[in-house]
Amino acid sequence: MPTFNDFLILLPEAYLTVAACVILLMDAFLKGGQRVAIHWLSIIVLLVGAWLVIDGQPATAVSGFSGMFIRDPVAEILKVFSLLTTALMFIYSRGYLRDRNINEGEYYALTLFAVIGIMVLVSAGSLVTVYLGLELLTLSSYALVALNRDSKLSSEAAIKYFVLGALASGMLLYGMSMIYGATHSLDLATILHVQNVEWRNLMLFGVVFAIVGIGFKLGAAPFHMWIPDVYQGAPTAVTIFIGTAQKIAAFGMAYRLLDSGLGAYAHEWRMMLAVLAVLSLAIGNLLAIVQTNLKRLLAYSTISHMGFLLLGLVEANPAGYSAAMFYAISYALTSAAAFGIILAMSRAGFECEEIDDFKGLNQRSPWFAFLMMLVMFSLAGVPPLFGFFGKLLVLQSAIDAGFLWLAVVGAVFAIIGLYYYLRVVKVMYFDAPVEGTDVRAQPDMPLRFVLSLNALALLALGIAWGPLFAWCQRAFGITA
Amino acid sequence: MDLSLSVLITIALAPLVGALLAGLFGRVIGRVGSHCVTILGVGIACALSIHVLWQLVSGDAKNFNQDVYTWFQAGNLHVSVGFMVDRLTAMMMVVVTFVSLLVHVYTIGYMADDPGYQRFFSYISLFTFSMLMLVMSNNFMQLFFGWEAVGLVSYLLIGFWYKKPTAIYANLKAFVVNRVGDFGFLLGIAAVLYFLNTLDYATAFDSAGALTGRAITVVGGHAWPAATVIGVLLFIGAMGKSAQVPLHVWLPDSMEGPTPISALIHAATMVTAGIFMVARMSPLFEMSEGALSFILVIGATTALFTGLIGIVQNDIKRVIAYSTLSQLGYMTVALGVSAYSGAVFHLMTHAFFKALLFLGAGSVIIGMHHEQDMRYMGGLRKYMPVTWITMWIGSLALAGTPFFAGFYSKDAIIEAVGESHRWGAGYAYFCVMAGVFVTSLYSFRLLYMTFHGAERFTVVGHHGHGHAAHGHAAVVGGQSIHSDPGHDAHGHDAADEHKEDSHHTPGELEHAPSESPWVVTVPLILLAIPSLLIGFFTVGPMLYGGWFGKAIHVEEQNNVLGELARDFHGATAAALHGFIQLPFLLALAGFIVATVIYLFKPALADSIKRALHPIWRVLDKKYWVDEVYFAIFAKGGVKLGRAFWRGGDAAVIDGVLIDGSASLVERIASGGRRLQSGFLYHYAFAMILGLILLLGGYWLVGQG
Amino acid sequence: MLAEYWPVLLFIAVAIGLGIALLVIGLLAGTSRPTAEKLAPYECGFEAFEDARMKFDVRYYLIAILFIIFDLEIAFLFPWATVFSDLGVIALVEMGLFLLLLVIGFAYVWKKGALEWE
Repeated sequence: MPTFNDFLILLPEAYLTVAACVILLMDAFLKGGQRVAIHWLSIIVLLVGAWLVIDGQPATAVSGFSGMFIRDPVAEILKVFSLLTTALMFIYSRGYLRDRNINEGEYYALTLFAVIGIMVLVSAGSLVTVYLGLELLTLSSYALVALNRDSKLSSEAAIKYFVLGALASGMLLYGMSMIYGATHSLDLATILHVQNVEWRNLMLFGVVFAIVGIGFKLGAAPFHMWIPDVYQGAPTAVTIFIGTAQKIAAFGMAYRLLDSGLGAYAHEWRMMLAVLAVLSLAIGNLLAIVQTNLKRLLAYSTISHMGFLLLGLVEANPAGYSAAMFYAISYALTSAAAFGIILAMSRAGFECEEIDDFKGLNQRSPWFAFLMMLVMFSLAGVPPLFGFFGKLLVLQSAIDAGFLWLAVVGAVFAIIGLYYYLRVVKVMYFDAPVEGTDVRAQPDMPLRFVLSLNALALLALGIAWGPLFAWCQRAFGITA
Repeated sequence: MDLSLSVLITIALAPLVGALLAGLFGRVIGRVGSHCVTILGVGIACALSIHVLWQLVSGDAKNFNQDVYTWFQAGNLHVSVGFMVDRLTAMMMVVVTFVSLLVHVYTIGYMADDPGYQRFFSYISLFTFSMLMLVMSNNFMQLFFGWEAVGLVSYLLIGFWYKKPTAIYANLKAFVVNRVGDFGFLLGIAAVLYFLNTLDYATAFDSAGALTGRAITVVGGHAWPAATVIGVLLFIGAMGKSAQVPLHVWLPDSMEGPTPISALIHAATMVTAGIFMVARMSPLFEMSEGALSFILVIGATTALFTGLIGIVQNDIKRVIAYSTLSQLGYMTVALGVSAYSGAVFHLMTHAFFKALLFLGAGSVIIGMHHEQDMRYMGGLRKYMPVTWITMWIGSLALAGTPFFAGFYSKDAIIEAVGESHRWGAGYAYFCVMAGVFVTSLYSFRLLYMTFHGAERFTVVGHHGHGHAAHGHAAVVGGQSIHSDPGHDAHGHDAADEHKEDSHHTPGELEHAPSESPWVVTVPLILLAIPSLLIGFFTVGPMLYGGWFGKAIHVEEQNNVLGELARDFHGATAAALHGFIQLPFLLALAGFIVATVIYLFKPALADSIKRALHPIWRVLDKKYWVDEVYFAIFAKGGVKLGRAFWRGGDAAVIDGVLIDGSASLVERIASGGRRLQSGFLYHYAFAMILGLILLLGGYWLVGQG
Repeated sequence: MLAEYWPVLLFIAVAIGLGIALLVIGLLAGTSRPTAEKLAPYECGFEAFEDARMKFDVRYYLIAILFIIFDLEIAFLFPWATVFSDLGVIALVEMGLFLLLLVIGFAYVWKKGALEWE
């Protein structure tokens, strides 16, 4: 029987649900001029949500609803960063949505529901909760991708995303049913402690199918095919969501399923993840090189980054998880800034997403060229930026896990990856602008300010990455 | 009561905040805003530093040593940010922030119309931050950070007028020469880590004894004692930063920077970083007689031979620059005879009077509308009385006149050298003795040529400029063009070949010289006070009273200052005694010679110059050090680089590694691109394939 | 325990077998004399005048989706109602929240005009 206490554990999610409903209704009932309020209200809602998450965080892990919902430090960190990156995204997206007459209300409401999905997902204590959170997240995401109804590209991307997503969901669900069949339980903690599984093969098939679901959500090769099309087709204001908060969610899902539930099969799934990691690194980095569209380039870059994230997971112990979580956060913050810059450069009727659009940016908006350079360096993993330490930590965990060859592959592809990130920098600083274009940043002050902070934070967190990493480590029970 | 960590953090960060505000938002907060925030930042740092020093001196607080933040840990390499504050550190903090504060104020006047006003303030605040990080550090890594950071700011400031080719050349030179030193320094730090397994000061110093008997084979099969290797390598770093022969060549050229910088960085603080470092590392250096002898000889050479060059210079700033080199040599000599306290004491007194001299020179330069050549000055005392008096005080201190600050510190060094029995002490004793005469000679020569005698300039008034409005704009603009006289294209200059420039004829001023504004003169006065008094009040405790406590470690058999302490009976007695000592007589001789030649019989100077032409030429060319460096290192380096570029880079690396691998990658990528067909069923098929791959892989693994 | 599913498997096997058997018997036993008229698509006696693959108005889907949601609501309410008395106040509150969310969605749909055909 659920008690009042269970609802208290759920407070941040409950609060966000109420807020999302309010915003949904505001969208329906407010008139034109008043709708600006929705924007600011959404941001405040997210920030208050983050505060509720931190403030109400119990000292040790607690669970509610008969163990279906877990509130522990891991979930806390993942939620806080999901909420914060989503807030960043809202700030970056305002001008973009307004210029394109995209229904802002639906955008905010759907995103908030998706964020609730993330929060449920990363707090999942049972297979059902995993699936519930995942579906809430992905269903909202499908609709978000299709938000720009007049764009063919957007609709096509949404259909692809939906069909493949349904396929992946189906496989995940199938895997869950096998796991249930083998262990007679949906509760992750119970599954973890089932001794002498009767149908070991069935269980392992379940693990494989679960990994397919996780791989799809992460966008790891060969379950990555949707990523480039969706990244490019979706409105940039939505792509940023898929590139930031969703990656954090995917890490959370992987951790919950693989460690909290299937930790006993680590020996088997580590190998599979290693295979996915190599494929992702190879495909992501190699195909990124030939891209001319920046959003597509970032899509392939995501695939390669997920390869790196998997390097942390293969260690399959708290040290590896904390490295992977740190990596997910560093990637989310960096890619938020990357898409933020694309949003800042776009105008009505003009999507600044071709790499050629960035030619000679330094001459027009030197500050933004500088920020973009920071972002690219961080993505590439150039010290002392944030991304460098993320890479360092996951490579180290791959080595600690005994996967030295994997770390070597990772390092080689990190160097190959350097090429296409530096190309963007080169284009901005050394090429002449394309005739007849005039790409410069929007004069939106909140955007400029927050974006600058975001990009500079990459530098600051690169120099002072200790506290954040220590926080991640503490969440997994490592005390320095 | 202990020192508060938050106070120390505030000291370090206040200037940084000022620098960031002025640097990033300089355009927003404007000129007044910029100098207000930076002065506020440095002012806070200065006030708190004095507070910290007071707490330590009064015994209220214990020495502070604590890590603040761990940056990373890899194996036994623990890299952190931390503070070690004892009396040595606190004294340096006060010197740095106090001089910096005055330079900030002074800059308001000096840079008044420069377009880079905010940038300048940002840099000097940044410098203050870097220097504080350097002196407050409790480990080698942070020391190195500060070391490099001050080097960077120095580079930026020497090239502050970045449109001026000579300035760019000078900052490049400073950077490259310092790189040589830093390379040694880094190797030294690596050696410390290698032998002592730590980068933390306290741990390293405590375990310094472990170096005894350890050796390392560097080249040629000869095993060197570890302590000597560490000492020499670390000192090579100090040679770069503190401009010791043969790495001294950058310092005179650094005078291309604005004068406040010459005062702050290239006289009072940064260049003394090397001295401070050696004093801080005294437990390590004490382990090696060899390293100390090396230091002693280098220092002595610097002290005498760079001083000699100072006699033939005509650019007012360059005279003081060579004087700085010479004084740094004195400090180094003191280090070499284990008189670390003497070195640090001289460092402190020198900081005050040398900053004073530089700022005074700057004041003269302002008054002369950016004329720096002393041959076109003379008789300025009636135009600029405050500058005149304060410069006299500074010069008397520099020359070592009893009761002045410089007397106590310099006399102690000379006597300490006399007491020492270390290898090279005899040579050093001769150098520092002769150096006294030289110092006195060039100091008074400068004073006479600048402030006394006949006016060697004429005022040709232009019309149409209001005087006040004209002031510094022309001044700064003037300097940027006019300072090239000191150099030819390669910077190994002949300072006397004063080329004409298109704007004005040397010695012709548009307006009569006039005293500088209060923001310039007040710092002069404030610096004149310690130049006069600080030695008298601090010599007892600081030099002979064991004031530095455990901060400075001297082995009993090396304790020359301890020997001297027995003969010390108070500052007054020491000064009175000083009047009958050889150094004073030598200084007096220098004074008399200078007076005769430059005040009473100016014609004599030329005839002496002709009579001693070969010597004059050697000095004027500065022993051809620059030419040799240029011919060997610069040209040789270019040739070597060209060879590597042609053979190695273009052929092997570009041809095979870069282009070869790039085209391979490109081919793979464009093949892989076809997989991303855009068809939904292809995508779904890929997923199913992936599933089968995993299942199959599991099956294979499961079977095997 | 998988043995409990044995009847189900049997049932499926029988169903498939029976279906195939009936088709095969018809094919083998029946006479087959096809003509053009016999092979034409049967459309209530009318001539076939349109392709069978036609586009539906997207509004049908909209209505269908909305219908499913409220249909599921009923499907959820029935089992809840049968055990309601055992579950207590919390269950009432929970169901209230569920219905409230549906009402909010309904209000949104209504206000946005999704229920209007034109």
